[in-house]
Order: sequence, then structure tokens, then C-alpha cells
Amino acid sequence: MQGANEDEEDESRADVSGEIRLPATLEGRTGNVPEKAEIAIVGGGVIGLSIAYHLARRGLTDVVVLERGYLAEGASGRNGGGVRQQWSTEINIRLMQESVELCRRFAVDLGVNVWFRQGGYLFLARNAKETARLEKNIALQNRCGVHTRMLEPKAALDIVPELDLTGIVAASYNPSDGILFPWPFLWGYARQAAAHGVRIFTQTPVGGLEPQASGGYLVHTPRGAVRARRVINACGAWSPRLAELIGVQVPTWPIRHEICSSEPLKPFLRPMVSELSSGLYCSQSMRGEIVGGVSLPGHGSTYRMGSTLEFLATYARRLVRLMPVLGDIKILRQWAGPYDQSPDGNPILGAAPGHPDFFLACGFVGHGFMMAPIIGKLYAEWLTGGTPHEIFVRSPLARFADGSGAHHEKEDFNIG
Amino acid sequence: MAGKIVLCRCEDVTLSDLEHSVSRGYRDIEEVKRYTGFGTGPCQGKECLAVVALQLARITQQHPSAIPPFTSRPPLAPTPLKLLAKDPGAHRFADETDEGED
Repeated sequence: MQGANEDEEDESRADVSGEIRLPATLEGRTGNVPEKAEIAIVGGGVIGLSIAYHLARRGLTDVVVLERGYLAEGASGRNGGGVRQQWSTEINIRLMQESVELCRRFAVDLGVNVWFRQGGYLFLARNAKETARLEKNIALQNRCGVHTRMLEPKAALDIVPELDLTGIVAASYNPSDGILFPWPFLWGYARQAAAHGVRIFTQTPVGGLEPQASGGYLVHTPRGAVRARRVINACGAWSPRLAELIGVQVPTWPIRHEICSSEPLKPFLRPMVSELSSGLYCSQSMRGEIVGGVSLPGHGSTYRMGSTLEFLATYARRLVRLMPVLGDIKILRQWAGPYDQSPDGNPILGAAPGHPDFFLACGFVGHGFMMAPIIGKLYAEWLTGGTPHEIFVRSPLARFADGSGAHHEKEDFNIG
Repeated sequence: MAGKIVLCRCEDVTLSDLEHSVSRGYRDIEEVKRYTGFGTGPCQGKECLAVVALQLARITQQHPSAIPPFTSRPPLAPTPLKLLAKDPGAHRFADETDEGED
């Protein structure tokens, strides 16, 4: 195990020309991948980098990360940064309790400011059905030690005085949920993984996986091939495409979700606010921007990540209705990212059936970012000889073929 | 000195920040945008993109033509929510079907 001091190396050094040189996190744009590695992680998003970091912290540093484009290019760089414990299944609630704790320590542990702020999450219900759903979830969350509570609509005004309560019948609030700024989260994992010896290659797509007689794969890239004893598929919405290279069918599909950001404002909005009926959500980042989205039906399966006026108009309508004072704030930019949608709303983890050296870490349905801190830690513990956490036992790819997952409850509290 | 040369005024990104980014290996214009935050403020790159690209070309010893602009995002100019809310193309949810709801 490496000492904590290693994590603190970060002194800027100026050479004689006065130029700043820092230790590189990423491999250069030229040069080959190594001939072999214990583990090749495909996908430089938050899941892959979290696994890489935690493997390295546990002493397994013979790891390469192969990213097709740049870090944060996929959903990891496109999400709203919400980190909540208000879920509908016990396993997700318990995992997210641990993830929140890891987020709280992230700046200290990894030496990077991720703008994490625990302002809570406020969910708003507009009918009895939604209220019942919140009540059922809260009972479970309270049993797990998450202090979510139901609020009368008027009590929600104590938390967000700008709300128009017309049509709101109930609210749920957990003060320890929070938000973070996704980008530096990735820089933190990448930098510390690299400092421990992990080699991170960007602009390095994987074109082939050649099974080896002795186990593992020869992983082909334009920068040469790396012989990896184990391969981890952390490609998010693109996971099915990597799995196809060895004939494994991953039954997830990409769903485009749009999001937008406003001009920065003086801090005024403490919690993430979300309205169940429309999937509207918005929060104020530590940069001061209002970041949010809304559910739009009918986009189907697509890798196209364009933006629409329909989204912006729908978001504006719902947000101005809920918080009329926001009518005057200006939207600066909108973009989109893919949810990796799984058939039952739960992730797909562990080795693929019949392929003991090919591991999956996908199907997170829009909450991969908030799950990544704990999933990466648990994955690394397992791959370095620890007992697999229950989440790995419950989340095999095989459940879709043999029906073994049917008795697990479906997670249905996916927002946005 | 580089710490006092501002490239992006909206987000206070300096030449020194750009040098940090390149030193770490974040040298693609999209990576530099994310690593430093340049171009994510009110001007959305309209003022700073060319300046950053030129300095990036110099530092990485590339011809400026080798550096494409980052993906521009709608809207073209900062737009108030209340104007967007009036657009007839907005999706209507089930709880908006009643007359007088709006």
C-alpha cells in the first residue's frame, strides 16, 4: 500500500524557461500501449477511473485505462452532479450512503476540489400517488438510517422560499444529499491513479479483443496491443459495442437526456429541487449556475447527442411555473448525454457468462456518477481478492437470460 | 507572469492555468475547456476561444489550423427562461391538461 504522502505530490515546478511542468496524468498522444497489463479498463469515465484508482490504492498498479476519446467525453462529463440517498431499493440506499461519505472525503483523499455541497434534495409531489411513492421510499430510507422526512408543502417554503406551491401536495427532504462538479472528480481519480502507476491512454479506441489460450485478452488498439489478464468494460452507454467484440450481448441501450446551465447567480438555492410529475430537477452549483433538466418522452435508443429547443422550452415552462422568480435568469448553454439504460433499471456487474476474464461495469441508468465512488471501491476490493459485495451477486448479466434477477425489486426512482 | 495573463475573463483562466492543463496531459481543446473551465461563462467562448487556441498552438508547437474550436452549445446568446417558457414547442405533461392550470 502506498503512503498518503504520495497523494500530496503536486508541486508546480518552473524550469529555466519559466514554463510550468507538472507530473503528467495522461500518456502522450504518441507511443504505444504496454505489451501487457494485469487489468485493462476500457472507458475513461468515472466508473473506469474510480476502479483504476481503487485498484492502485490497494497495490494493483499494473493497470491500463484505454479511453476512445478524452476523459469525461461521455455521460461522466455531461451529468447534473446530483448525489442522493433517496432511492427506492435498500441496496441502492445503502450504497449511496457510502458514496456520500466518500464524496465528503474526496477533496482530502484525492487532493482536488470537486465543489461538493450537501444542500439536500427536495422532491415535490403533485398528487396522492406520488405522495404514496415518497412515503414508501422514506420508510425504507429511515430504516437504513437516512433521515429523509415528509414535509407539508408550506414547510418546503422554509427550505426554498421561491417555490410556487400551487398544485404541490407534499414534499420529501433529505438534508445530507448533495451535488458536485463532475469534471474535477475525474481529474482527481485520474491523477491519483497515474501517480500510483496506472497508465491512462486517451484517443485510444479498442478495435478488437482476442481471447488468449492462457486466459485474458490481447486488446487491440491503434497504438499496439496490450495482453491483459482481465478486461473491464466500463464504456457506459457504449458497453454493448465493446462486449460485441467477443460475442457477448449486453442488453442495455443509450437514451439521450438533455440538460442546461444558467448564468451564475449569487448563492440562494440550497437543495436540489425535483418535481416527480415531470422529472424536472434543478440545483445551484458551487459555481453559481442553475443546472437542471426535465424528462422528455419519445427519444428512444440513440447515440445522437444533439440539443433541442423542445427540451429548453419544456424545462423553462416547468421551472418558471415552479419557481417564477427564475423567469429572468438566462440560460447560457444546453447539451446532452446518454443514460446506459438497463432492462430492469439496475446495473450489470461481474464477469460475463462463459467469459471469466471479461468484467462488466455498466447499465447504471443515469446514476453511474453518484454510484462510482462506492462501486469503484467495492470492485477493486473484489478484484484484489476480497469477498464480492452483495451488489455483484445480485447484478450478473446472466439474470436477463435465466430469470434469476426476477425476485429482486426494480429500482424505479430514476429522475431526469 | 503567466499567472497574471488572463485568457478567459468570464472564468478567470490564466495562461498559467493553460500551461498546467497541458503539463498534465489535457491538451485537446475540449479537454482544456473541461480542465480549466475556459469558455463556460457568459460569453461561452466568443471572446476567449481564439485566444486560448492560439496559446495552445504555441505551447504544443502546432499550427493554429490544427486546433478546431470546441463544440458550441445553444442558445446562441444568453436567453431568459421566461422567453423560452412561451415557446409553443414545449412538451405538455398530464398535470398541465386542465384549463387555467397555466
